[in-house]
Amino acid sequence: MSINQKDLEQGLSAYKKSRKKNLLRMVLLSAAGIAVFLLVWQLVVQFKLVNVRNLPAPTKVMETLIYKISNRNPDGNTLGTNIVASLQVALSGFFLALVIGIPLGLFMGWFTPVDKFVRPVFELLRPVPPIAWIPVVVVFVGIDLKAKATIIFLSVFVPCVINSYTGIKLTKRTLINVAKTFGAGNFETFVKVGIPSAMPMVFTGVRTALGGAWSTLVAAEMLAAKAGLGYMLQVGRNVARADIVVAGMVAISVLGALMALALGILEKRVLKWKLER
Amino acid sequence: MERQTDNRPVKVEVRDLTKKFGDLLVLDNLNFTIKKNEFVCVVGPTGCGKTTFLNVLTRIHEPTEGDLYIDGQPADPGRHSISFVFQEPSAFPWLTVEENIAFGLKVKKLGKSEIRKRVEQIISLMGLERYRKSYPRELSVSVVQRVIIGRSFAMQPDLLLMDEPYGQMDVKVRFYLEDEVIRLWKELGSTVVFITHNIEEAVYLAERVIILTNKPATIKEEVFIDLPHPRDITDPKFIDYRNYITDKIKWW
Repeated sequence: MSINQKDLEQGLSAYKKSRKKNLLRMVLLSAAGIAVFLLVWQLVVQFKLVNVRNLPAPTKVMETLIYKISNRNPDGNTLGTNIVASLQVALSGFFLALVIGIPLGLFMGWFTPVDKFVRPVFELLRPVPPIAWIPVVVVFVGIDLKAKATIIFLSVFVPCVINSYTGIKLTKRTLINVAKTFGAGNFETFVKVGIPSAMPMVFTGVRTALGGAWSTLVAAEMLAAKAGLGYMLQVGRNVARADIVVAGMVAISVLGALMALALGILEKRVLKWKLER
Repeated sequence: MERQTDNRPVKVEVRDLTKKFGDLLVLDNLNFTIKKNEFVCVVGPTGCGKTTFLNVLTRIHEPTEGDLYIDGQPADPGRHSISFVFQEPSAFPWLTVEENIAFGLKVKKLGKSEIRKRVEQIISLMGLERYRKSYPRELSVSVVQRVIIGRSFAMQPDLLLMDEPYGQMDVKVRFYLEDEVIRLWKELGSTVVFITHNIEEAVYLAERVIILTNKPATIKEEVFIDLPHPRDITDPKFIDYRNYITDKIKWW
């Protein structure tokens, strides 16, 4: 039995075509899911199944969002200003936590003395929810951007450390031995074997942390904010404008989803050895 | 079964090698030498300490007594180049085929052009051109195992140790890979110690077979296989060797 190169190539291109078609179908299905969700929401409001004052229709939310693009009412900022303010808080806290948390977790997982030294303190601080830090943060850091970023930092830091730690601990003994028998020292083995092998877990941690960062945002913006999506949401609540509240929620969810998407793209690049190509 | 004079210089000398784990004596006073460019197979009953034997040779474990000398010097992974093909899959999943082959060469800090040259040599010797940019998960188990073996030969090691590298392969793939290992060995002039529990494999590959006893392992006998490569497993002489070694392992 001989394998014909031409047949193989034809088969491959047919397979790729069918995969593309399948992908398109899946995307359409997801879009349909969102459409149905919005439709149900619209109908619920339209037929007054709930109090309209409490739940604005998606069309109303859309209207508010468009209105907020150029208007400062009622919270004193346009939507753009709020988004920039929130992103500043979320991203600075988030990236700082990645830059400190991931290396710390990796070092703890690989070098026992670092582990023994850091772990007890880490285990003590770990169960404290990020929001519980707010009073302490206010006292030590104040109430500005730094303070809010610190709260986000605390919520992102923990999953980053834990996942990096676990990821590098799971490095296969055989792979470590391969590097060692080739003459690599402990630090070189850490860099060339430990770190790449931990990457999938690190990314899982970052993804968990990203969700945490956004959910902590609103709480962080309770700290005497003058702008931000969380702040806009608070003001909306205070002046009983449900549409503003929901518009803020929508903005947070879209931003969160976009960041998750960006992270997904980065992950696909870094972990291309692991994912379907 | 003795062999006519072998003029090759001694590459590796194992002197009074003993390994204990606590009170458990695993290797008991092993003494033998390996000539430069020789292909030696080590066989022994399951659980006799074959893998411990290899782990001591590569310094993953330190010997309790005795030592291993390469070119007259105590073996040292920093100074000598010792390559190991493990029983378990050991390709780095995040590296492509060519990066995997280059891994050890980079650890040894060879020049870029030398690394390039050796990687190309291995890729072309093993016919891996099509797979050079592939990741291990995109390849079959046997191709990945070939990459690992290529990676070890690329080091042009003083000593290449292989621990049942084909344990998980089926018979057909096995013969193919065994022929390939012989080709690499001849082409690159490496010194190889190959551990297996498969006697047919040992007779097919080795110039000399070292038979270990049950734990604590000592050398029961050394058998020179005086047959030219490639060998024919249906050759009566081949079968004689195989039966002889099988008896030695069964009988104590």
